[in-house]
Amino acid sequence: MKALSQRRRHPLAAVALLLMGLLITGGLYMAAGSVNEAKAATGYSASDIQEGNKLFVANCATCHGMNAEGSADGPSLIGVGAAAVDFQVGTGRMPMQMQGPQAQAKPVQFDDAQISQLAAYVSSLGAGPSIPSEDMLDTSQGNAAAGGTVFRVNCAMCHNAAAAGGALTRGKFAPSLAEVSEKHIYEAMVTGPQNMPVFNDSNVTAEEKRDVITFLKEIEAQGSPGGAKLGSLGPVSEGLFIWTAGLGIIIAFTIWLTSRPS
Amino acid sequence: MSTTTEYTPKTSTGRIANFVDSRVGGSAMVKEFGRKIFPDHWSFMFGEVALYTFVLLLISGTFLTFFFDPSMTHVIYDGSYNPLKGIGMSAAMSSTMDISFDVRGGLFMRQVHHWSALLFVASVSVHMLRVFFTGAFRKPRELNWVVGGLLLIMAMAAGFTGYSLPDDLLSGNGLRIIDGVIKSIPLVGTYISLFLFGGEFPGTVVIARLYSLHIMIVPAIILLLVAVHLFMVVVHKHTQYPGPGRTNDNVVGFPVGPVYAAKAGGFFFIVFGIVALISGLFTINPIWNYGPYDPSPVSAGTQPDWYIGFVDGALRLMPGTLGNFSLDWNIPLPWGDNSLVLNVLLPALVPAGIMFTIMFTWPWIERWVTKDEREHHLLDRPRNAPFRTGMGVAGVVSYCVMWAAASSDLIATHFHVSLNDVTYWLRALFFIGPIVGFIVARRIALSLQRKDREIVLHGRETGVIQMSPEGTFTERHEPLDPYKLHQLVNYEDRQYIPAQPDAAGHISADEKRRGALSRFFFEDRVAPVTPSELAAQHAAHGHGPAEIEDSSTESIEK
Repeated sequence: MKALSQRRRHPLAAVALLLMGLLITGGLYMAAGSVNEAKAATGYSASDIQEGNKLFVANCATCHGMNAEGSADGPSLIGVGAAAVDFQVGTGRMPMQMQGPQAQAKPVQFDDAQISQLAAYVSSLGAGPSIPSEDMLDTSQGNAAAGGTVFRVNCAMCHNAAAAGGALTRGKFAPSLAEVSEKHIYEAMVTGPQNMPVFNDSNVTAEEKRDVITFLKEIEAQGSPGGAKLGSLGPVSEGLFIWTAGLGIIIAFTIWLTSRPS
Repeated sequence: MSTTTEYTPKTSTGRIANFVDSRVGGSAMVKEFGRKIFPDHWSFMFGEVALYTFVLLLISGTFLTFFFDPSMTHVIYDGSYNPLKGIGMSAAMSSTMDISFDVRGGLFMRQVHHWSALLFVASVSVHMLRVFFTGAFRKPRELNWVVGGLLLIMAMAAGFTGYSLPDDLLSGNGLRIIDGVIKSIPLVGTYISLFLFGGEFPGTVVIARLYSLHIMIVPAIILLLVAVHLFMVVVHKHTQYPGPGRTNDNVVGFPVGPVYAAKAGGFFFIVFGIVALISGLFTINPIWNYGPYDPSPVSAGTQPDWYIGFVDGALRLMPGTLGNFSLDWNIPLPWGDNSLVLNVLLPALVPAGIMFTIMFTWPWIERWVTKDEREHHLLDRPRNAPFRTGMGVAGVVSYCVMWAAASSDLIATHFHVSLNDVTYWLRALFFIGPIVGFIVARRIALSLQRKDREIVLHGRETGVIQMSPEGTFTERHEPLDPYKLHQLVNYEDRQYIPAQPDAAGHISADEKRRGALSRFFFEDRVAPVTPSELAAQHAAHGHGPAEIEDSSTESIEK
């Protein structure tokens, strides 16, 4: 306690106290917020749909049409389901910043309640994949090894075996899957956003999807057993590294060894 | 060795040494070899790096053989890496996983082995570039240049056979591409492939066969070639950069014993240390990410190790068809159709074939064009051989374009450009790049020679502005010291040699071609400053002529 009594008159003590207070209230708020979100996903009320419609008209209708029927600038959203909205809006891909080869992820534009309202509205237009339940995303029930096999056969050709992402034609690309939430990975598989194919349950079963998510979360959590992973990009980054850093250090030493005292 | 008085050792160590020496004759070898002179320059040390990384490869490779099982028997992985637990794979992959996760120090040794392999081929390449750009391959070293080229090919072979051994997804994809290339060889391709893989790809024998090549045949050939290479270095003596006191008949530098032996020994441990540091800190070939080989999946970002990259790049650059012109042909033969797959055959074999052919024959091409039959122990500064520097840069550019093409997908994702555009640009650069590279490099070399001329004649600009009593401003130019001057004026002045008639007065077509090439290479040249030019210049400016001939240095002559 001596240390505390000595430091409480420190000029930064007030700042530290303030920070602590903010963190605690913020943490509590976040915990409360996530509880609400879990509830919201279970069912949509008429008011959700109504609010969602307002948001849709204000933010999405320019491209997707007033009734989500689609236009030259954007596809119809009838029947895409709540999962598609939750993925596209929840990862910041929609509303789209600009037309391009594919929608880029960016900071999320809506809060969870608004995303849920948008999802409610779009899912009311026609039946489509819904947001997965917690159970379907529970990685403690998944099998990472089986998921790895499914991933290598179905996903690695675009997303890279280590899920580091890869190029597609004409500026399109498969993004890295690092730090993508379980829910969004699942939603991407069932809705096939951008250039991704749909992996429906008859193709990759719900359990296999959970295995894939378990695999991805496990390789993300384990880090790199062999040291810095150089982007997990394979031999190109390894070759680049040895030609720049490796040979650079070697050359520095050769110059040192052959220098003469002047 | 023939001493009149018998040497009597006084200590026990001396007695043992004398006993061995009087039977083996080590002192004669030390006396001969220990007095070899090696010149000191940082660019001369890449061959050493290659040798040391090769030693490292032998050491770490031996460790790996203790634990590696080169068999394609199907096993269920049951090691400590959870994301692959219970997955079927070959014993080769499983034992490599065990080396990585269950053998103490195994992952470190694997990484030492792989990183030193990358550094080995890289240092061989840089060493060859150094030899090329300084003209060290000229008489009498042409054959050693060829041996060096063979070493490069064997280094690539060692790398490729080793890369495939873990039988992981990445290397399996690489092997599949090689299989495709082999099958594209007309007539015999399919048979060679069936022979190599013991049946249809992937078969069950290829890993064991590659293993025999990788740990016995290829290293044995490399060792043999290294021995020949070093023997020739000792016989020819080392080349040196021009400088005061350095002539075609001497070598200026330090003797092997004790200076170079100590330096080289120390450098071995430095290289060892650098590789160990890199291996400890940076992962390489994380096969657990790739998973076991299975012919169906192909991961994005599948590339070979860097030294095979140029072949992969050429394959990526090749279009499938040229407009309406198909590159797939079926050649009807009496015993049935034989396919000719030009869009695989051409890119896989032609660029590499041209590159190695020019590389191996360049010493003879240069000798033929320049009609230079003399021995050369003094190196060219690259700027003083603009034609060769230009050709070398053209080769480097062409290699780098193919190299870049092997990473076209990563260029596209990391620079946010279209993969197709990257391919189109690189296709254009494949043809234009080497030409532009030749012209630009040659022009830069000529300009640097002109700058050297300027400095020799007018001295170095000091940046000091003087005002004369009459009010004129002039910049003071500092005359060069004799050492620097010697370097700038003493170089080989190659000139255009027109086609010469033979004894009968006839100019052969071959000689005409040589004359044309000679004009292309040497029409534009910058002549070195002659002593009379220098004297005239100094007389005009009222300086005394500088001493350009060699002055006393600490040269050790041999």
